[in-house]
Amino acid sequence: MPARQDAVRAGLGVGLAVGVSGLAFGAAAVTAGLSVAQACALSLFAFTGASQFALAGVVAGGGALVPGVAGALLLGARNGLYGLRLAALLPTRFRAFTAHGVIDETSAVAFAHPGEARAGFFATFASLYVTWNLTTFLAAVGASAVGDPAVFGLDAVGPATFLALLWPRLKESAEDRKVALAGAAIALAATPFLPPGVPVLLAAAGALVVLVK
Amino acid sequence: MTLWWAVIATCLGCYLLKYAGLAAPRKVLDHPAVRRFATVVPVALLAALIAVQSFGQGVDWPRTAGLAAAVIALLLRAPFLAVLVVAAVVTGLLRITGM
Repeated sequence: MPARQDAVRAGLGVGLAVGVSGLAFGAAAVTAGLSVAQACALSLFAFTGASQFALAGVVAGGGALVPGVAGALLLGARNGLYGLRLAALLPTRFRAFTAHGVIDETSAVAFAHPGEARAGFFATFASLYVTWNLTTFLAAVGASAVGDPAVFGLDAVGPATFLALLWPRLKESAEDRKVALAGAAIALAATPFLPPGVPVLLAAAGALVVLVK
Repeated sequence: MTLWWAVIATCLGCYLLKYAGLAAPRKVLDHPAVRRFATVVPVALLAALIAVQSFGQGVDWPRTAGLAAAVIALLLRAPFLAVLVVAAVVTGLLRITGM
């Protein structure tokens, strides 16, 4: 069954490659001031990279936690929209379990293999979940042992991660570039006046303005 | 709100958002406005996070150089992890050498 093998291979590849960036999260989280247990809890139970990085980012800025959580949830909201589309492709029987795996990477692999969406989804979910959690733990423990992580340039890893994740979309779409510039500008302009976390939420409103136009 | 409550709320909320999608009526997805919003908002949020994390506490030259190096790595089509390594190494080296 070559189609199924293709989907599984793609899933395992994406899962391992992206999963290793749990190293970046573990380091960023502990650098931000989260404990090892908190970093691991986020990877185990939130299991959605952008939201995890977002919360760590707000904590790093010493920010207000309520808007920080709200920002993380706004970032996680698109998983709900993937789910709407995945509902038709995945088994309904273990929905409460399957739901935990609905993220960017699993959805992308599933949609790229329409005939074998199920195989692609679960291959990605399994390999990404194991790798992401293992590397989160290792980096969190390692960064704790390191002392001052800023010396090693780990504070550049968070923004570099978002940039690398956004890059393909910025390259492809002029509209996304506009939205990104608007979001960045709004957040930076608001930063001196509002508690950390809030400027990022305002940036979402900026996206709405571009959307309505 | 302590840090643990923020972690728990994020975990719970993120899971519920994932679950809501799988369990929601199909009509919702087919709404074009929902689809458009979901596509565009992460771009604004992530770009805002990049900006705030990079420059929200003032311009730090080693970090700025590290991010510039990351942009060059992306332009050269470096793999995801290589981009992160480049950013950290450039920033770290500049700090250690006191530049």
